[in-house]
Parts: sequence; C-alpha cells; structure tokens
Amino acid sequence: MAQKKPNTLFNMASSLFIVTCIAAVAMAGAYNLTKGPIEKVKKQKVEDAIRLVLPAFETIERSAVLPYDGGNDSLILYKAFDTNGELVGTAVETFTNNGFSGHFKIMVGFLPDLTIHNTAVLEHKETPGLGDKMDAAKSDFSEQFKGKNPAKFKLKVDKDGGDVDAITAATISSRGYCDATDRAYQTIVQIKE
Amino acid sequence: MEYIIIILSAVFVNNIVFAQFLGTCPFMGVSKKISTSLGMGGAVLFVMTISTIFTYLLMQYVLVPFNLKYLQTIVFILVIAALVQMVEIILKKVSPPLYQALGIFLPLITTNCAVLGVAILTIQKDFNLLQGVVFAMSNAIGFSLALVILAGIREHLELMNVPKYMKGAPIALIVAGILSLAFMGFKGMV
Amino acid sequence: MNQFKNFTKGFIKENPVLVLMLGLCPTLGVTTSAINGLGMGLATTFVLIMSNLFISALKGFIPSLVRIPIFIVIIATFVTIVELAMEAYVPALHEQLGLFIPLIVVNCIVLGRAEAFASKNNAFSSIIDGLSMGLGFAFALTLLGTIRELLGSGAIFGFNLLPEGTDGMLIFVLAPGAFLGLGYLMAIMNSTKKS
Repeated sequence: MAQKKPNTLFNMASSLFIVTCIAAVAMAGAYNLTKGPIEKVKKQKVEDAIRLVLPAFETIERSAVLPYDGGNDSLILYKAFDTNGELVGTAVETFTNNGFSGHFKIMVGFLPDLTIHNTAVLEHKETPGLGDKMDAAKSDFSEQFKGKNPAKFKLKVDKDGGDVDAITAATISSRGYCDATDRAYQTIVQIKE
Repeated sequence: MEYIIIILSAVFVNNIVFAQFLGTCPFMGVSKKISTSLGMGGAVLFVMTISTIFTYLLMQYVLVPFNLKYLQTIVFILVIAALVQMVEIILKKVSPPLYQALGIFLPLITTNCAVLGVAILTIQKDFNLLQGVVFAMSNAIGFSLALVILAGIREHLELMNVPKYMKGAPIALIVAGILSLAFMGFKGMV
Repeated sequence: MNQFKNFTKGFIKENPVLVLMLGLCPTLGVTTSAINGLGMGLATTFVLIMSNLFISALKGFIPSLVRIPIFIVIIATFVTIVELAMEAYVPALHEQLGLFIPLIVVNCIVLGRAEAFASKNNAFSSIIDGLSMGLGFAFALTLLGTIRELLGSGAIFGFNLLPEGTDGMLIFVLAPGAFLGLGYLMAIMNSTKKS
C-alpha cells in the first residue's frame, strides 16, 4: 500500500482545494471548446423545424409575442425571407396545454396569405401508439392541414363541429393539436391588424 | 389548484420510480421489508426537499447570473453530498435512535439518482421556489409509496414458491413492471 | 494482477448490472432502443476509465477522510466534459438520453469502482478495470436495448424488421417493459450461472 497522506487539516483542505481548482479549469476549458458547436446545433435544430413547415428560404427573423388569449407563455414567430428579401412565410412555434398528457409544442408554417403550408410536432408527451400519431412520421394526420386556410377551414375536430379528422382513439391529442394551430393562427391574425 | 396538479402528477402520474426510473437502486435493495422502506422514504423526503431548496437558490443566484450553467452537475452533487453528511452528523447528535434506524441509508442517498434527478428536473420545469419544494416533497412521497407497495408485496413473496432463477431481483423487477403498468392507468388523471 | 482476467470480468462474471446490480437507473431509463443503450454505455465507460485513472494516479495524495468528496469532484468533472461533448457533437443522442447523462455522476458503478478498485490499485490496472466494467455495462445496456427495441418497435438499431404498418408490442418501449425486460434478463442470467 502506497504511503497515504495523513489526515491533517492542512492536507485535507489543500488537496480539496487543488483538485477543485484543476477540475474547474478543465470544465471551463471544455465549456469554451464546445460553446461554438453547441450554438450551431441549437440554431440548426430551429432551422430544421422551420424547414419542415415552410417552402425554401434564405434568412430568418425571430420575434416573440404573447398569444392572442394571453397567459405567460409566448409564441415564437420566425419570418422567413428568400434570396430577394421577399417574405416566404411565417413559422410559428406554438403550444397547447390541452393534450392528453398536458403541454406540447408544434410548429405551424403560414404562407403570406395565411394559408397553412405545413405543421410539425416539436415536443410532446402524448401516449405512444395513440396520441403520438400526430407526428408526421407515425401517421398522415398532419397532412390534412396542408394548404388549408383557417379562415375557411374550421380548426376543430369533427366531433366538435369542425373540419379536422381526429386520430382514432386519440381525440384529446387531436383537439390539442387543433388548439395549438388555432392559437398560432389567431395570434398571427391579431398581429397583422 | 396548480399545486394539486404538481402533487398528483409527481406521486401518481409520473411516479419517480415507476415512470421516471429514478431511485431504482435503493428501490431494489431496500424494499424487502416495509419498515426499512418507510425509513428510507423518510430520509429521502428530508434530503430531497432540502437539497432542492439549496440547488434552486444556487442556480438562481449564482450559476445563472455568472453564466456558469455548465457547472450545474458538479455543484448540485456536491451540495447533496454535503447535505447528507450534515444530516448524518446532526442526526447522530440530536436523535441517536433515529440515527440508528436511518443510519445505513443516509450515505446511500447521495448516490440516489432520484435526489439529483429531482433537483435537475425542478430547474428544467421552470418551477419557482415554492413549486419546487412541493414538487420535491411530492416526488419523495411518490418514492416512498412505490417502495412501501413493493415491500408489502415482497414480504408476501418470501412465503411463496418462486421459480428458482426468479428468486430475489428478477421477481422483484417483474412485480415492479406490473406495478408500473398499473400506475400507467393514472395517465389521464391530470 | 492477471490483466486478462481483469479485463474480462466485467462482461459476465462481475457484470455490473446483471450480477452486481449496480447502475439500474440508466439501465431501465435509456434502453428504449439499442443505440441509446450503447451510447449511454460508452459515455459511462469514458467516465469510468478517466475517473479510475485519475483517482488511481492521485491515490497517494488524497487524505482518506476527504476521499469521497474528491472522488465526486473528479467524477463530476468528467461527466460534465462528456455532457458538453455530447451536446456539441452527437445532439440527437444527447436529446434521447436527456436527464440520464448528468446522472452518470451518481451511477453507483463509477463511485463504487473508484472506492473498491482505483483507490487501491495502480493506474494501468485501474484503466483496465474501468474499461472492463464500462464495456460490461455497455453490453448489458445494449442487450436490453436491443430486446426492447426488437419487441417494442420491431427494429434493431433503427432498421425496421417488421412489415409496413405492423406495430411491435408497445409495452416494451414503455416503463413497464423496462422492468419486465430486465427481470427476465436477470433470470436468464441466473440460469446460466453454475450454482
């Protein structure tokens, strides 16, 4: 057994201090090294989400706004412009609190005339096999929103007198989806006025 | 009202053991008897609540303002380790019988993923201090609940004919799986 | 020290999950797919090797009364480094593993090996020990992950094996499936042990 350092107060305090200092330097170094790549990854994630719901674009202009029905959570608006600086559309990061498992977020892409280009799920806790079918990868539920203008297309499930075909056995998740989409629409309409 | 949701959600819907998988090591090790389960549950309640308060305050007033969020992991675990050490010392002086009862569990709590997990989750869910405390206490109650239920079942299992290779950990895990399935039934509650 | 035995012990004989029953939280929490299990296993292996190495190298300088806090600082440093690296370079995996990455710091395997092995053996043996336990952990996780992914979504490492439109047994990728899967795996493990 190698000679261990005796447990004097000086030894204990200094060894703790030295190890902690070296650790702090190591972590700060790692943080600085990875800061750039992490920022890039975050930006990419947002851009990928917007790419899903809008036609091709060059630049983004981001802003946050409170939803038309109030509350503390903001909606994020991403105005997308093409190479000529023309508005391609506006992507809205919206949410609902009425999902089966509560809160979930979706991205809705509106063309300049407020027609929905596409919608995409951002994050959710809905039930796998049921509510999670609102994801485009799992079913074509979200297809029906494409190209519809909410001025004429009622954003409610058919059970509630609307035009949306709900997911079988996942009415609550479907309702939440409509709620989120409608929130985005109403808010963006309110802004234009 | 929202506090009721936090409580119900943490104890039943998103039970820390059955739904989030945190605290499973002590869960397997301690749940052989109801009395030890209650002891562990009590210790966890105490440590989890106090550590959530300290980690929350540190995050709000030190880590975030000084742009040191990446130090979250190390700061949190050191706080928890220090707290557990302090609790042990205080308990020894103040109430030796309680120390005897809880004694062995306390060091184990440092490596209990549930404690660190709840501290991190409180920050992730953007709770304020009061909500965080309610959240931590509810999770500890949920943990104790899970532990006691499993212990109750295991005490009965001791007297039953369990297939040879299932004895001990495997059958306990299977029971936990069935309990987890049962707890999924709470999903629509909130 | 027989380094070959040192290296192979972590896989079957002293497998940290299936035999020693350590590190259950991540085992249950991230094995929804084979790649998640493997990713977590490798991240933990990195932390194990590095912390074992440093703790073993410094063991002569660490007074015994403060060894646990010092071990924790060293382990937490490497966990933080892994966290940052994963967020920067493998963001998809980082998002999947989520909360369980910082929880590597309380993985009983890491602190356990530091205390039981690294603080008492030389640096080289400690590296091998870390590698062995880590890869054994990764093996168990990948195995459980593969089983759950196969039964739950009919795929392995993302490759779909079922015909279009059929679902797997959903329960296996949900919470109960983790407990059930691990329970049966352990039972099978028990049956292969010569008692």
